[in-house]
Amino acid sequence: MLPLFIIFAATAIVAALGVVVSRKPIYSALFLLVNFGTLAALYIMLQAQFLAMVQVITYAGAIVVLFLFVTMLIGGGELGDLRPRGSSLASRLTWPRVAALALALLLLAGLGYGIVTGQLSNAQGTPTAFENGSVQAIGQALYTDYLVPFELTSVLLLIGMIGAIVLARPPE
Amino acid sequence: MIPTAYYLILSAILFVIGALGVLVRRNVLIIFMCVEMMLNAVNLTFVALAYHFVQIDGQIFVLLAMVVAATEVAVGLAIVMKVVRHKDTTNIEDVNLLKG
Repeated sequence: MLPLFIIFAATAIVAALGVVVSRKPIYSALFLLVNFGTLAALYIMLQAQFLAMVQVITYAGAIVVLFLFVTMLIGGGELGDLRPRGSSLASRLTWPRVAALALALLLLAGLGYGIVTGQLSNAQGTPTAFENGSVQAIGQALYTDYLVPFELTSVLLLIGMIGAIVLARPPE
Repeated sequence: MIPTAYYLILSAILFVIGALGVLVRRNVLIIFMCVEMMLNAVNLTFVALAYHFVQIDGQIFVLLAMVVAATEVAVGLAIVMKVVRHKDTTNIEDVNLLKG
């Protein structure tokens, strides 16, 4: 299981970096697809089969396709915002980039502290956590304990649909 | 078997990469994609901890987060289309007026 996890984790991280550093939005969208796919695989390893399917259908099937459509509509030309040609290193170091650098260093420090002090323990989940398959368990919880939030999501989706239609209407 | 901490570390790394993208890039589409990546990283945390504690509630939260993410993308991209039609740019530095 561990080699599988390492492969998926490495793919996910590389794809995530690809989203950030790609020069063309279309490449970013396709890297995003790879990232979502590896996360779906990790969900299967965590016995969340239903969520893996939902991940593939909504993220890969709907959200990435929506991104690709919009990129196609507004033109996905090459972007120079990450590395503008002919600019010095100091002029590229704007405050958001300094903040980003600080954030990354903070993460490394946190992880390093956890590893050095051994607080990132080797605790594991139970191998047969949801042995009946998580679909049944999710359905039971969703339609009993979480009925009100579940119904509210349908209202949210309706509002989102109406909002998108109203916003995307051509000017009169 | 894989320690739960590995999943949490991976999730933290993905979240920070997404946050870096939001801070570093100036293209509104790519910023959106990075926001989606951050949401996904948090979803991974939920699923890993649901597995760790054998609680199905974590997976339900992920389901609800996915609904919110889908709605957010639909409305957000509609706004992007509107801005592009209005100002003909996808660079957020050029969209800096409240009324313009």
